[in-house]
Amino acid sequence: MSEHVHAVHPEPDMVQLLTPEGQRVDNPDYPLDISDDEIAGFYRDLVLVRRIDTEAIALQRQGELGLWASLLGQEAAQIGAGRALRQHDMAFPTYREHGVAWCRNVDPLTLLGLFRGTNLGGFDPREHNFNLYTIVIGAQTLHAAGYAMGVIRDGAVGTGDPTRDTAVLAFFGDGASSQGDVNESFVWAAAGNLPVVFFCQNNQWAISEPVERQSRVPLYRRASGFGFPGVRVDGNDVLASYAVTRRALDDARNAQGPTLIEAYTYRMNPHTTNDDPRRYQLGSERETWKLKDPIERVRAYLTREAKLGPDFFDDVEQEARKLAEHIRSGCRELPDPTPESVFDDVYVTMPDELREQRTDFTEFVAEVSA
Amino acid sequence: MSDTPMTMAKALNEGLRKAMERDPKVVIMGEDVGKLGGVFRITDGLQKDFGEDRVIDTPLAESGIIGTAVGLAIRGYRPVCEIQFDGFVFPGFDQIVNQVAKFHNRSAGLVKMPITIRIPSGGGIGAVEHHSESVETYFAHTAGLKVVACSNPSDAYWMIQDAVADDDPVIFIEPKRLYHAAKADIADAPTALYQARVVRPGQHVTVVGYGGTMSTLLESAKVAAEDGIELEVIDLRSVSPLDIATVIESVQRTGRLVVVHEAPQSFGIGAEIAARVTEQAFYSLEAPVLRVTGYDTPYPPSRLEHEWLPNLDRVLDAVDKALEF
Repeated sequence: MSEHVHAVHPEPDMVQLLTPEGQRVDNPDYPLDISDDEIAGFYRDLVLVRRIDTEAIALQRQGELGLWASLLGQEAAQIGAGRALRQHDMAFPTYREHGVAWCRNVDPLTLLGLFRGTNLGGFDPREHNFNLYTIVIGAQTLHAAGYAMGVIRDGAVGTGDPTRDTAVLAFFGDGASSQGDVNESFVWAAAGNLPVVFFCQNNQWAISEPVERQSRVPLYRRASGFGFPGVRVDGNDVLASYAVTRRALDDARNAQGPTLIEAYTYRMNPHTTNDDPRRYQLGSERETWKLKDPIERVRAYLTREAKLGPDFFDDVEQEARKLAEHIRSGCRELPDPTPESVFDDVYVTMPDELREQRTDFTEFVAEVSA
Repeated sequence: MSDTPMTMAKALNEGLRKAMERDPKVVIMGEDVGKLGGVFRITDGLQKDFGEDRVIDTPLAESGIIGTAVGLAIRGYRPVCEIQFDGFVFPGFDQIVNQVAKFHNRSAGLVKMPITIRIPSGGGIGAVEHHSESVETYFAHTAGLKVVACSNPSDAYWMIQDAVADDDPVIFIEPKRLYHAAKADIADAPTALYQARVVRPGQHVTVVGYGGTMSTLLESAKVAAEDGIELEVIDLRSVSPLDIATVIESVQRTGRLVVVHEAPQSFGIGAEIAARVTEQAFYSLEAPVLRVTGYDTPYPPSRLEHEWLPNLDRVLDAVDKALEF
């Protein structure tokens, strides 16, 4: 058995505004003036994105999707971060940010094409200011930095005009923190004082590799070496994730430069539907994290402190059922691409040789299927 | 266009200047491209005239240069990336192949990647290792990219402008040993970017090349002519897409074809041309398609490069073989 280097901070020093038991706590650095209605709105988001996830896993089990990357356990990090964005801010997800997509008003069905194999993304990132899912680990952080360079050149930073100032939010995971691209994006962001916030969901596992395999310091502390602030937040606390991201995005919009946020959370499901964590994870670890569930604590707060009754929770459940039905039927109705469409959009201007290949291919397909 | 003949380096500089004047979204980014004007001075004076926001000295990381160019393109910019030397492009390879090349396709055609990646390429300048590579084949093998190579000042001036204006990503190969070679006049109008050009007509053997090999081919044609052998010399100008029609038309007249490139032989541009000519002009061929290329070795120490590179003797030897077959 290999020896582990237990150098990662064992007692995470992190911002928390709602305890696992549902108690509001204050943090002077992250004051949060928020109404119970807004917290109820977060609850709704959390429940709905968990349902999106549950349905997608079921669809994969039924053979309707080839693969799914579950967000279970990471809902609060994603909803907190996603709701901190303004409409004209830009988000660069990995392939697991279904909760952020939800906050950007991206129809969950839009995400399914990639996993069903009907397209390779297939939407315009600028429509909802939510980039295509990026599967090569960490590559999108450089896209975020470059986009932020564009934001500066467009004069959309530090003007004081909230309808104009723009921030960029780059998502990645603990595994990606080792990638050159992520480290290069830190360099770019620091050297260019770019309006970008790096949001690392440390879900403790990069498929089978624990975070100790990536770092011997807590990930948020990496930022100091690059010259910008890093902060660790309880990623299972939607209020803290929201408050910390909101402040970092404000700083970015106000020309204060980048921030690294490490959202400390846990991947409650396998890496993807193809993974088998029994080979590398202790079941007891998952049981411990279950007690820190991101939804239960909000439910506890809303019940106990905001005095919301069963009607509210029933309504959310009702809405979740409708959403599930939308995903189930919509997924099956996603049109299969036509064979010749594989040649579409490879280029803006299709070269002659590709046109000839398309002709050969379509004629051949027609002949065999005749 | 210009009454003053200029070097390829100056022509590229002037072409980039025109591209920047024409479109305010054009930004140049790379290592040392600002005050220094690039190690080859191709961007000389541009930062002074267009400012630091448009001529950007980047941190020294090629994946970062390309990856941030992708983000700028999503934001509506038209980046021109300079890779300092051919051998340094590989840290950016993932971003080029997985992101730049595929983004338009992945977005169902909704987002364009109008990125030009300029790569000073090839050998012949006595450089240390990793400074003399021919990398075009890697990119020509990737769907979504276009790959072109200039071989003279006039083409350089026009091709760089057309590459920057193209909405598809273009790998722009610049043969560095021709940067400061002979000055030449700039043509009044460009030849279409993806079109090959017959630069010397002849009836005995078709000889095809691009970029840095073109000066060798023209010299070979001159020497061959002294023996009464007329080579038809074709400058491909674009290796992807490949204007094979111009090559086929020539081979149908000459029946003989020699393809020349500095890049290693196996699985290269020469192999692709041989395959297409065999498919499309089999009965016109009087001899097998022959290749004169770099060998399947690492680029040699510079003391050996003149023997290793396709040179006059090697090209003429292949011409003889094609004629004797």
